Amino acid sequence: MRWIWIDRFTEFKPGRKAVATKNVSLAEEHLHDHWEAFPIQPASLMIEGFAQTAGILVGQARDFKEKVILAKVARAEFDDIVVPGDQVTYQAEINAITEQAASVKGIVLKNNQPIGRVEMMFSHIDQNLAGAKFPEENFVFTGQFERLVAPFLEGGDG
Amino acid sequence: MPMSEEEIFDKVKKALVEALSVDDDEVAPEATLTGDLGAESIDYLDIVFRLEKAFDIKIPRGELFPDNLLNDPQYVQDGRLTEAALDQFRQRMPHLDLSEFEKDPDVNKITDLFTVQTIFNYVKGKVN
Repeated sequence: MRWIWIDRFTEFKPGRKAVATKNVSLAEEHLHDHWEAFPIQPASLMIEGFAQTAGILVGQARDFKEKVILAKVARAEFDDIVVPGDQVTYQAEINAITEQAASVKGIVLKNNQPIGRVEMMFSHIDQNLAGAKFPEENFVFTGQFERLVAPFLEGGDG
Repeated sequence: MPMSEEEIFDKVKKALVEALSVDDDEVAPEATLTGDLGAESIDYLDIVFRLEKAFDIKIPRGELFPDNLLNDPQYVQDGRLTEAALDQFRQRMPHLDLSEFEKDPDVNKITDLFTVQTIFNYVKGKVN
């Protein structure tokens, strides 16, 4: 099982922009404890959802050959809470990408209304952390992540 | 028209404030990026991206900050930079002030070379 915090992509422009949505449901157990009397989606999981949207965008830009790891959350601001029944949308755009790393920024929407701003950095870890060795296999992009984006890649740029 | 030094410094400061989440007044010319402003390795890449965007310049890998130099045994011996490494710095990084460092080129002190002033010097040379 993978820790996946997006339901599907609605837009995917390789190397430039990705948009993904997540429907928040009271069937998800974490909301039973966060909190029982007043369930709200944790901001940390929205940062993770954005990171997955952006991380797949960055990974695809190098044909999933790099191991893309979230290295820094430069900014994450949310103006509103998200509760069960809401749909969250993550819009991520690549600011810059090099052989070593990528910088991404974007917004978070709740039911199509902007509620947050995020900026983050991803590291291509095989190109950084000089001297450190990682497994050959790309453990970041396994089947489930690739299947999420596959419909947009088969027919051109989506 | 060349950019004024004030304009360059203000843009450098903005990039550092945003990349390192520090206050404006912490970004003094003599502040070291790692020691005073808390920069970690990924922050150096973030700074490069922000400078490229703010000044509309390209910063090739290894030009502003050293790249993999420290992993080369030719350049580091017994925890000190060799003369060959210092030569590399002199040639490739004229924005660095090596006057103090070269007296005792301890690898652990390399990060002290990278100050706000260093970045300012580099960008100034690049844009004007």
